[in-house]
Amino acid sequence: MSPRPPVATANRAGLIGCEHCGALSPLHPDPIVCPRCGATLHRRKPDSLNRTFALLVAAMILYLPANLLPVMVTTSLFRKTHDTIISGVVYFWNTGSMGLAVLIFSFSILIPMLKMGALGFLVISVRHGSARTRRQRMVLFRIVEFVGRWSMLDVFVVALMAGLVRFHSLAMVEAGPGAAAFGAVVVLTMLASFSFDSRLIWDNDEKCDER
Amino acid sequence: MSEELGACSECDALYRKRRLNRGEVARCPRCGAKLYARARLDPGQMLGLVTGALLTFIIANAYPIVIMQVQGVSNSATLSGSILTLWSEERRLMAVLVFATTQLFPLLDLVAMTALLSVAVRARRKGRRRPAWFAPLLRFLQSMRPWGMTEVFMLGVLVALVKLSNMAHVLPGVALWAFGALTILLASILAFDLRSLWDETEP
Ligand SMILES: [Zn+2]
Ligand SMILES: [Zn+2]
Repeated sequence: MSPRPPVATANRAGLIGCEHCGALSPLHPDPIVCPRCGATLHRRKPDSLNRTFALLVAAMILYLPANLLPVMVTTSLFRKTHDTIISGVVYFWNTGSMGLAVLIFSFSILIPMLKMGALGFLVISVRHGSARTRRQRMVLFRIVEFVGRWSMLDVFVVALMAGLVRFHSLAMVEAGPGAAAFGAVVVLTMLASFSFDSRLIWDNDEKCDER
Repeated sequence: MSEELGACSECDALYRKRRLNRGEVARCPRCGAKLYARARLDPGQMLGLVTGALLTFIIANAYPIVIMQVQGVSNSATLSGSILTLWSEERRLMAVLVFATTQLFPLLDLVAMTALLSVAVRARRKGRRRPAWFAPLLRFLQSMRPWGMTEVFMLGVLVALVKLSNMAHVLPGVALWAFGALTILLASILAFDLRSLWDETEP
């Protein structure tokens, strides 16, 4: 097969697209700010792969306490129970709310794990200059960006329960340290996906079009 | 303006911009990203929607979300009350997180939208120029938008309701309905392509 000509991109045309308003400016002489909206212009997000990777590692480290520490402490007349995210899922499963158990399991355990795995894979594939499956990787990145926020679900559930269940000697619910750690994991993975520049997936397409 | 060039923000491919009909979305042929869109509603109608959402936001935050009864004692929780409880029980980080994602950012989003859409409405009617704060406010709105999480909170409320109904008598409060309405309103407000505000206010 004869190689297709590379797609016309802003970068190859000596232009730079504004991330905020979409206006194009010439690359030379180094425009610093967008003439239309005043945003700082970057050809690609600065230090994208390293930043994404660093935030990802931080999220992975915090993922341990987020799952091991209790997210919720319930005190009733005779006992005190410490719930982790997993025990919350088990509780819903055992009380017959299978649908909710699956929902919380997906949002709080599965999605964060898959999300960190997917971002790690994207960083590594770009660093290796892979030119394969870029459309699929783009879809993967969009899914990661879309689902990330939904992992905050358990944090909100705990916050509301702690605000509501305050019947001093009868029943008290307090937020545990795991909830804050979990929220931090969500924030860090969201920041990681924002620092990832998806244009890097497409940058070396002269190479790929030989295939 | 009809033959303006643009670059896809997700893959950098160049495209030629053309004028869309209301409700149309242009997608990148190379990577499938949304390039630009023209909202179904014009800025004036959008402004009405945002005003409605602001009122709903106030109701959702002023009234209790859930009322719970245990052995004749009843307790209710507002969103602000829950956040204050977290704060006073030394869960500071979590309090800040919940405050920012459910109150601060959604409110700032609606206020910023009100201001920006008003500029767009005036630009269309009277041909006014963009004020100096227009660009920085729009950029600020674009960067903070992903951090408002009203719809996730709404789902969290429903999960908490199910959880609590297993152990006590719970009643939905006024704010629960308000949050439901706010979630629906925000869905159409957030679908509005912020970049189109540049074209709507073009002198
Ligand atoms: Zn710009
Ligand atoms: Zn594209």
